[in-house]
Amino acid sequence: MSNRTELSKFKFQGGFETWAWFFMRISGVVLLLIAVFHLLLMHVYIQVENITYDVVANRWTGAWGPFWRTYDVALLIFALTHGFNGLRWVVDDYIHRAGWNVFFKALLLVIYLTVIAMGAYTVFSFTG
Amino acid sequence: MAKVNVTVKILRFNPDVDEQPHWQTYEVKDIEETAQVLDVLHRIKWYQDGTLTLRSSCAHGVCGSDAMVINGHNRLACKTLVRDVMPTITVEPIRGLPVIKDLVVDMEPFFSHYKAVEPWFINPDPPPTRERLQSPEDRARFDDTTKCILCAACTTSCPSFWANGQYVGPAAIVQAHRWIFDSRDKGTAERLQILNDRFGVWACRTAFNCVEACPREIDITKAIGEVKKALTFGTVDF
Repeated sequence: MSNRTELSKFKFQGGFETWAWFFMRISGVVLLLIAVFHLLLMHVYIQVENITYDVVANRWTGAWGPFWRTYDVALLIFALTHGFNGLRWVVDDYIHRAGWNVFFKALLLVIYLTVIAMGAYTVFSFTG
Repeated sequence: MAKVNVTVKILRFNPDVDEQPHWQTYEVKDIEETAQVLDVLHRIKWYQDGTLTLRSSCAHGVCGSDAMVINGHNRLACKTLVRDVMPTITVEPIRGLPVIKDLVVDMEPFFSHYKAVEPWFINPDPPPTRERLQSPEDRARFDDTTKCILCAACTTSCPSFWANGQYVGPAAIVQAHRWIFDSRDKGTAERLQILNDRFGVWACRTAFNCVEACPREIDITKAIGEVKKALTFGTVDF
């Protein structure tokens, strides 16, 4: 098609909103996989009544410890980023006053970063 | 042809006297069940209550003047038959645009969003002596979005648009798609840049209401998805 070569001259693609949308598509699929695996492992294989402090402690300190810690933090980060980006969209949809819009998005960012920092610290500093 | 009696509930608003819209009920007798809802409204306006205000023009689903909410769905009154919505027909103005009177809304916000995507042919090259040729395959690429009649049924069915009138809306994106994927047009990057905004395509939450609402059966959410894909991957060749 004749006009398609022209496109390379322009910077139109990319940008924060584009990647935020693309991340939602990817993280949706990733979350489905890791959350379903988490559910099957914890609730079906180990079973709810057997989930104790020791089960989690042994998993994190065992030979596969680094893998499980990374897995759990990945689940935390993917779920929080996906969820908080959704909340950011809700703020953009419903809060139209510029000041309140920025305030709520800043509040979301602070909560998001705090929860990730606390979660990651807990997972990686755990010694048993 | 079978004739039926119908009850019509219309959400009415007269800015001179009403503070809030209110429902008014009319009984229309002996109307053919294959008549259009538009015929029913005209029967009311012409024989029962001349104050009822509505827009219509061609009455054949081409001009896009008579989009309204019929039994809860955005429909063209001229493409909706009595037999499909009887015996009680509720009629409201389309949502998300200011009501001027009864079923007539102010379309200006809708058209200003439409103009924002530069819905005209952009190609600075001097025109050839005859027409600009295009292969049937290239023409087919954007065929679906050429069907839009700008009735606003899609945009006024969109929860994102209801929530935030700054959102450019599905109709404007459909119109942009019609040019973005036209091989003769060279405004592609310009239009994509306009739509790459939190109130452009990124305010679409894929609710699919627009697809259900479109009287031309355009695959609107798919068209919006293609614009998102073009922005993400930097190409329209897919």
